[in-house]
Amino acid sequence: MTGPIAEAEKLLLLKASGLMLLVVVPVILMALAFAWRYRATNDRAAYSPDWDRSRVVEITVWGIPAIMVGLLATMVWDKTHALDPYKPLPGGEPLLVQAVALNWKWLFIYPDHGIATVNELAIPADRPVSFRVTSQVAMNSFIIPDLGGQIYAMAGMETQLNLQANEPGKMQGRNMQFSGTGFPQQTFDVLAMTEADFDGWIERVRASDQALDDRSFAEISQPSIAAPVTYFASAPQGFFAGLLAGSADMPHAADTTAEGAGN
Amino acid sequence: MTEDISPLLGRLGPDALPLYSWVAMGGAMVTVAGGLGFLAIVTWLGKWRELWSGWITSVDHKRIGIMYIVLALIMLIRGFVDAIMMRLQQALAMDGGGYLPPEHFEQIFSSHGTIMIFFMAMPFVTGLMNFAVPLQIGARDVAFPVMNSISFWLTAAGAGLVLVSLVIGKFSTAGWTGYPPYSGVQFTPGVGVDYWIWAVLVSGVGSTLTGINFVVTILRKRTTGMTLMHMPMFTWTALCSSILIVFAFPALTVVTAMLALDRTVGTHFFTNDGGGNVMNFMNLFWIWGHPEVYILILPAFGIFSEVVATFSSKRLFGYPSLVYATMVIAVLSFTVWLHHFFTMGAGANVNAIFGIATMVIAVPTGVKVFDWLFTMYRGRIRFEPPMLFTLGFMCLFVVGGMSGVLLAIPPINYATHNTTFLVAHFHNMIIPGALFGYVAGYMYWFPKAFGFRLDRNWGARAFWFWFTGFILAFMPLYVIGLMGMPRRMESYANPDWQPWLIIAFLGACLILLGIVSLGIQLWVSVRDRVRLAAEADDPWDGRTLEWSTSSPPPAWNYTELPIVSVRDSFHEAKLTGKPIPTAPLTASIHVPRNTAVGPVIGFAGFCVGFGVIWFIWWLAAVGLALVATTLIARSFADDTESEAFPGRGTGIS
Repeated sequence: MTGPIAEAEKLLLLKASGLMLLVVVPVILMALAFAWRYRATNDRAAYSPDWDRSRVVEITVWGIPAIMVGLLATMVWDKTHALDPYKPLPGGEPLLVQAVALNWKWLFIYPDHGIATVNELAIPADRPVSFRVTSQVAMNSFIIPDLGGQIYAMAGMETQLNLQANEPGKMQGRNMQFSGTGFPQQTFDVLAMTEADFDGWIERVRASDQALDDRSFAEISQPSIAAPVTYFASAPQGFFAGLLAGSADMPHAADTTAEGAGN
Repeated sequence: MTEDISPLLGRLGPDALPLYSWVAMGGAMVTVAGGLGFLAIVTWLGKWRELWSGWITSVDHKRIGIMYIVLALIMLIRGFVDAIMMRLQQALAMDGGGYLPPEHFEQIFSSHGTIMIFFMAMPFVTGLMNFAVPLQIGARDVAFPVMNSISFWLTAAGAGLVLVSLVIGKFSTAGWTGYPPYSGVQFTPGVGVDYWIWAVLVSGVGSTLTGINFVVTILRKRTTGMTLMHMPMFTWTALCSSILIVFAFPALTVVTAMLALDRTVGTHFFTNDGGGNVMNFMNLFWIWGHPEVYILILPAFGIFSEVVATFSSKRLFGYPSLVYATMVIAVLSFTVWLHHFFTMGAGANVNAIFGIATMVIAVPTGVKVFDWLFTMYRGRIRFEPPMLFTLGFMCLFVVGGMSGVLLAIPPINYATHNTTFLVAHFHNMIIPGALFGYVAGYMYWFPKAFGFRLDRNWGARAFWFWFTGFILAFMPLYVIGLMGMPRRMESYANPDWQPWLIIAFLGACLILLGIVSLGIQLWVSVRDRVRLAAEADDPWDGRTLEWSTSSPPPAWNYTELPIVSVRDSFHEAKLTGKPIPTAPLTASIHVPRNTAVGPVIGFAGFCVGFGVIWFIWWLAAVGLALVATTLIARSFADDTESEAFPGRGTGIS
């Protein structure tokens, strides 16, 4: 299981590693070779106790790392922009999912479908997904390792992450930032599906007898470890914006919620 | 807050005892037994007077340096116990196995990091600077000897708070970085985070004073002819490190004080509500935290420079390059802090610029590695233990540098941040990079401090255990980090990780043997000290000034201060057969008198910390008053120096 972001990140990792190994491996070999060649017991090796400068060596030792870093820097500039987590992915209208970190579980709200789930994230394969992430508790970090990317979840603030799965399959996402006792088990299933299966999944969630409202939200906000998957057939419009506004009296948090704080 | 707070004991009650887990109880008992055992041995040997007047109240930079290193070695053991417990837990913890409850595991990873950075690495590097720098620049002492003692005792007070937390109450569960809002009262009530805050705060003030002391010492106390470009490389790195301390540590003091206000007084700097903003904590913490990495590692680079030149019997290659590279690193270290939180949602321009700035540091660092390599080139290399540690460093450090550059590439960081890949990276910098340097420095300068060398065979064994142990313990963490394993996992469900974690535990066992070897080395060397005392004044065919005085040096270091005109002045003197010229002694030497100001202020700092942690307000007030009265009383002391009469054993060679 993978996706375009994860593939690009992996390729970048391999490229950058390969480039650096061109210097790292020779350095290790030089360290070992010089140590052996110039060991004190080796009388045949040259000995120049006062040789401490050489213009050629100086230019080389400043030059090689500088060229290397120059190459890497252009790579960084390009790829940081290309793989910016906030940048929408090409390939049509993304699916919008709002993710809320709770102790120690994840709430996912699908505003376009008016549904929500706990600890299960279904996405259509081959279609961009755009996450809006926040936390109602301590700082969390949202990641789906197979798809790449990672973004902090902070109370009163919204961060964004854009991902895509290449093909249908099951993966695991989790919180990467230690946040207390339930942290190790704070995972969720990620189900990438065909569009048809995804529509079927939406219908299954809608068939649930539970609704996301202040009362059920208070219930799932109670700290719990390895909480079971829960479906909410409905989620009020603006619920996520309300969480952003409600968890902090910060002026800037209020600003971001001006349009949708309607519950 | 609803808990009962008694005016006498604050929130301290019988439930503060570690009865929640047998492992914690055992740790507490070992700590108490260790403390009592130490008191018993000192009493048994009748050494209290010697301990008090020779060490505790001493303001001699060499003795303070040695005390720093003793503290560091004790805390190394304490921090290592945490480490191997974590490794064992993770080796077993597949599907909820293991022997540690989550709450205990969380305290252990928090105390491990806190101890290793603040109470192992910092005291170790400060101790080496204390011991060697005044000797290397031909000074009689540091610029402010009493302040030096205060610095040490504040550091010891912080370490004391961490040790006490093992017995009374609990330690933080918020990691060594103490990120809010998790470290706020909302998520971590109780005393744990307060112990972390006050240990860091109290010792951090000591570190700031050390930085001031060494900047002034190096700039003002150099002997005649010791121009900046004649200074040994270690002194240069100590200067850069001290400048970094002066600029960086206030940020740590401020950020921990703000967190303390949030927790104790109810302010809202970093809380989720009331207008707090956690991002300010991350920024302030890492504005200290990134320079801190270089505060720790630059002096280690200095030691490697001394060691590689001495044991290659050759001039240090590219000295001016190394000086400039060190300065460049010091300046750049303040421009990269944001790379610790690329995943916080900053824009692509910001992330890219901080990523590139981080990589730029690889340039001067690469220059240093090449300069060490070319110092060995056409040398005559002796494989004494300090040189082994230096070679091990060169081979491993470049790997850590490479993983560091990978982490500095923001898109790669998005995938690897908070994984064990990151854990492997910073241990790769701090163990081979910093700690190997400190151990090399400890073995290198030990004969100068005590007049006999450390046993060579056990030193070599220690190196091979540390070297192989490091590889086994941390290379697997790179692998499972790339597989997505988060740091700080008390248990996990992915069977692919377990074999790697078992290998990592075996690596930790080898490192344990490395630490045991260091202990045996010390034991064997003290036993054979007469044999090992041969040529102790200059056991390594040294090049720099400190090897020209006796081992151990007199309290005033040099009876007649040397006049230098070249770098490697002692080597030149041996080469030409002419001793280093000295300034004739025209008056008697004045050495600062012992004083209890340092230990009293350290004790007072401990009381302030302990008092605030437990809401024992009278104790905190008494501690503060004690600091104030001690400083005022000291300012009236006129007779602070005694005359010394160099006689027997001044040992000018």
